[in-house]
Amino acid sequence: MSRETIVTAFLVLGLLAAPFVAQAIGEPFYITLATRMAILGLAATGLNIALGLGGLVSFGHAAFFGIGGYAAGILATHAFNGEPLLFGLPGTNQMIVIWLAGAVVAGIIAALIGLISLRTSGVYFIMITLAFAQMIYYFAISWPAYGGEDGLSIYVRNGFPGLNTLAPMSFFLISFALLAAGLVLFALIRDSRFGAALQAGRQNETRLAAVGIAPFRIRLAAFILSAMLTAVAGALFADLNRFVSPSMFSWHMSGELIVLIILGGVGRLAGPLAGAIVYVLFEFALGGITEHWQLFLGLILLAVVLFARGGVMGMFAGRARHG
Amino acid sequence: MSLALFIEQILNGLQFGVMLFLMAAGLTLIFGVMGLINLAHGSLFMVGAFACATVAAATGSFWLGLVASLAAAAAAGAVVEILVIRRLYERNHLDQVLATFALILIFSEGTRWVFGSFPLYLDIPALLSGAVRLPGGAQYPVYRLAVIGVGIAVAIGLYLLIGKTRLGMRIRAGESDREMIAALGIDIGTLYTLVFALGAALAGLAGAMVGALQSVQVGMGEPVLILAFVVIVIGGIGSIKGALIGSILVGLTETLGRFLLPHAFALFMPPSDAATIGAALASMLIYIVMALILAFRPSGLFAANA
Amino acid sequence: MKKLLAASILALSAGLAGNAFAEPVKIGMITTLSGGGAGLGIDARDGFMLAVKQSGNKEIEVVTEDDAQKPELAVQIADKMVQSDKVDLMTGIIWSNLAMAVVPAVTAQDIIYLSVNAGPSALAGAGCNANYFNVAYQNDNFHEAMGEAANKDYKKTFILAPNYPAGKDSLTGFKRYYKGELAGEVYTKLGQTDYAAEIAQIRASGADSVFIFLPGGMGIAFTKQYAQSGVGLPLLGPAFSFSQDVLPAIGDAALGVKNTASWSQDLDNEANKAFVAGFKEEYGRLPSVYAAQAYDTANLILAAAAKASVKDKDAFRAALKEADFKSVRGKFSFNTNNHPIQDFYVREVVKDGDTLTNKIIGTAFTDHKDAYAGECKM
Repeated sequence: MSRETIVTAFLVLGLLAAPFVAQAIGEPFYITLATRMAILGLAATGLNIALGLGGLVSFGHAAFFGIGGYAAGILATHAFNGEPLLFGLPGTNQMIVIWLAGAVVAGIIAALIGLISLRTSGVYFIMITLAFAQMIYYFAISWPAYGGEDGLSIYVRNGFPGLNTLAPMSFFLISFALLAAGLVLFALIRDSRFGAALQAGRQNETRLAAVGIAPFRIRLAAFILSAMLTAVAGALFADLNRFVSPSMFSWHMSGELIVLIILGGVGRLAGPLAGAIVYVLFEFALGGITEHWQLFLGLILLAVVLFARGGVMGMFAGRARHG
Repeated sequence: MSLALFIEQILNGLQFGVMLFLMAAGLTLIFGVMGLINLAHGSLFMVGAFACATVAAATGSFWLGLVASLAAAAAAGAVVEILVIRRLYERNHLDQVLATFALILIFSEGTRWVFGSFPLYLDIPALLSGAVRLPGGAQYPVYRLAVIGVGIAVAIGLYLLIGKTRLGMRIRAGESDREMIAALGIDIGTLYTLVFALGAALAGLAGAMVGALQSVQVGMGEPVLILAFVVIVIGGIGSIKGALIGSILVGLTETLGRFLLPHAFALFMPPSDAATIGAALASMLIYIVMALILAFRPSGLFAANA
Repeated sequence: MKKLLAASILALSAGLAGNAFAEPVKIGMITTLSGGGAGLGIDARDGFMLAVKQSGNKEIEVVTEDDAQKPELAVQIADKMVQSDKVDLMTGIIWSNLAMAVVPAVTAQDIIYLSVNAGPSALAGAGCNANYFNVAYQNDNFHEAMGEAANKDYKKTFILAPNYPAGKDSLTGFKRYYKGELAGEVYTKLGQTDYAAEIAQIRASGADSVFIFLPGGMGIAFTKQYAQSGVGLPLLGPAFSFSQDVLPAIGDAALGVKNTASWSQDLDNEANKAFVAGFKEEYGRLPSVYAAQAYDTANLILAAAAKASVKDKDAFRAALKEADFKSVRGKFSFNTNNHPIQDFYVREVVKDGDTLTNKIIGTAFTDHKDAYAGECKM
C-alpha cells in the first residue's frame, strides 16, 4: 500500500469516525462540523476534476455550487407552498430528485459557459469563468422571486427514503456517502482513458492533438462533469444550512473552493477533503479565540503556499505520482 | 433627456474609467513583467486611502496625504514583494492566487486592527471643491475633472517612462526576454521590486483620490479589484494601451448602462419594474461585455505576449 | 479600604437581591465583528454589554461570535450555540439576509431569538413566530416615517436605494406614506460607491428633495459626492446612513440632512441619559442607534429573567411580551406580531462643538405599528 493510499484511508475513515466520537462524548455540534467538511470536500472534489486533472483553473465554480443550492431551495419552496414550478410540474422535497435536478441544470449552464470559456486559456480562463459567476451573482441578488439578497429558507430539511434527515447523524451519513461516491468517481475518471487524455492535455496540448484527440471536447466534458458534482454538493450545503442565498455565488466562495484544493494538494484524490478538513477546523478554532481570526487564517494560508508545497497531502503523503 | 445630462454622464464614465486605469495599469504591468496574478492589488488601494486619510487628519493637508499615500503604498508594495511575492514568480498561477488571497485577509484584518472598525474621514481639498459650468449648461464637480486630468497625466507619464527611459527599456526587456535581461547584467531582483512598488504606488494614488469621494473603510479595494481584472482581461493582459482602452470602455459601459437601461425598459413597461430590471441588467452588463469580447478575441483586444 | 469593601459587598448583595433571576441565563450573540460592516456589530455588542455590566448581574452569561457578515457562517455559529454551548436565548444579528438564514431555523428549535436590528418583512407577517421578538423595528418603519415627514415640506421627491430586498422594502415603505409626486425612482447596484451618474439624473429631474436609503459605505460615498456636486436639494433618509457610526467619516457634508429613527442621543428621558453617559464613559465615543437598540434588548432580557425562568418557555415569552423595562426610546411595547409599537422622530444632523451628531426636530409617528402585523397568525 502506498503512502498516498494510507493517508487517504486515514482521512476518509477519520471523518467517518469523528461524528460517532462526537455523539459518544455528547458534543453533537461536531457532527455538523464534520458534515460541513464532507460537503465542502465534495464541492472541491468536483472542482478538482477540472482544476486538478485538466488544469482548468475555474474561478467561477461558485456558480455551480449556488445552482445546486438554489435547486434545493426552489424545489423545496414549491413543495412547501404546493405551487407548481414550471409547465405545471410540482416542487419536491426528495433529496434524490433535487440532486438530479441541480446536477442537470448545472451541467447545462456549464456546457454554455464552457463553450465560450474554453476557447481561452491561462489567466483569461480564470477571469472569464469569474465573469460568468459574477453575472449569475448579480442576477440572483436582484431577482425578487426567490428572495433576492435575503435568500430563501428551507423550513424543513428535504427528505431521503428511509432516513430521518433532521437527525444530524443521518444527514452526515448521506453527505459522507455522496463524498465517498464523488471520490470514487474522481478516481475512476483519473484512471480512465478519458482521464489520461485530460491530464495529457494539461501537460502537453500539442502531443495530444498529434495523436488525433481534440482537447476541446475532452475539456468541455470534464468541465461539465466537474460542475455537476459541485452542484450536488451545493444542494447538500443548502440542506445543511436549511437556507440558500446569493453569497453561495460570490467570488469569495469560488476562491474558497480553490483554496481548499491548494491547501489539500492539487490533483490528489484526497486533496480537496484534506483541505476542507483543515480549513473548517482553522475557521472554527480561530473564530472562537479572536475576532481578528481572519488575519491568522491569512498567515497560515501564506505559510502553506510558501513552505509546504503540495499542501497537506504533499506534507504527509509525499510528492504526487504525476507532475 | 437633455444634451447637458448626456455630456455629464459621458464625463462620469470617463472619470470612472480613468480611476480604473490607475488600478489596472499597475496590475497589468506586474503581470506583463513578472507574470504574477496579484489579488492583493486592492489591498494596496486601501493602504493608499488609509494613509491619505490619516495624514490629512493629522496635518490638515490633503496634499501631504496624497504624498503619504504614494509613499505608503509603494513601501507596502516593496515590503510585500521582498517578503512574499519574490518567492512566487517561479510558481504556477494557483499558488499565486492562494498566496495573494491570503494577503488580502492579512491586509484587511491588519488594517482594521490598527485603524479600528469605523470608516475614516477624508474630504477633497478646498482648492478643488465646487462645480464648474460646462458648455451646454451642465454643472460638473472640479474634483472629478481633476481626477480625469491626473489619470491622463499618469497615462502619458507611463508611456514616456516605458518608451523613453532606461528603466522602461529594462521593463520592456523583462517582458519579452528574461534571459536577455540577466545577460545584460541587470539586477533582475531590484527591477522586479521597483516595478511592483510602482504598480503599488499607482494603486495607492487611486485609493487616495477615490477615498476623498467615497468612504475610507476596510474592504474598499475588493470591488475595484474585480473591475480592474475585468479591464486588463478585456484590454489584453500585459498591455498598458489595452488597460487604458479597457478602462475607458468599462467606465463608459458601467455608467451609461446604469443610466440608459432603466430608461430603455421604461418604454415598454411600468417605471417601477423598469427601474429594477434595468438596474439588474446594468449590474451584469460589464461581465456580459467581457464574455462577448473574449468569445471573439480570446486574448483580449491588445494581447501583449500572445 | 475595609469600608469600601464592605460597601461594595453590600451593594453587590443588594444588586443581586434586586435582580435575582429565577434561573441563570446564557445568551448567544452572533454579530458582525470583522470586515467592512464591523462598526455596526461592534456598536451593538458594546451597547448590549453595557446594559449587562450596569445591571451588575452575575447570573447572565453572553457568548459572542463573529459572523463576518456571511450567512453560511452565521448558520454554523447558530448550530454551535444551540448544540454545543446550549444557550437559552439568541440575539445580535445586524443584517436582514443573515437574520433570514438564522432566525427560522433557530426559532423552530424552540430557542427564543431577540433582534437588535434586522426586521425583514417575511418575519413580521405570515412568517412570524412566537419565539421571535424584534426589539428594534420592522425594516420598513424608518422609511415610512420619512415618507410621512416629507409630506409637510415636499411635493416632488427623487428616491434612490440599492437593488436588493431591503432596498425595495425601503422605497415601498416610503411610498406607503408619501403623498407627493416622485421625480424619479432609481435602484443602484449593491455595494456601488460612485454615484455621479445618479446625481446627474437628480439634477436633471426637477425634484425638490432627495430620499436615499444607502447603508454603510454606500451612504458615506453618496453624501460626500452629493455635497460636492452642488445640487443642493434637501437630503432625506432613514437614520442608517446618518448614524453616529458613519457621521465622522462623512464630515460636514452631512450637516442639515434630515433622517428618521426611533431613537436619538438627545431624547429626553432618564434611561437614555444614563445610557448615553454610560456609553461615552465606557467606550469614549457617542452611541449609535444600533447600540441603543442592543442596550434595550439586554434590558428587556434582564427584566424578563427577573420575572420568569428562562427554562419555562411559555412564562418567559409572556414576560418578554410585557416589555416591562425602561426603554431608552421612552415608551415601548410589543404588537401582536412581537414587533415594537413605538414613536418615530425626525432628526437633523448638527454640529455640537466639534462633533457631528443628530438632534430631534420633530415627531413623524406616534405609537406606530408595522404594516404586516395583520398577516401574522399567532
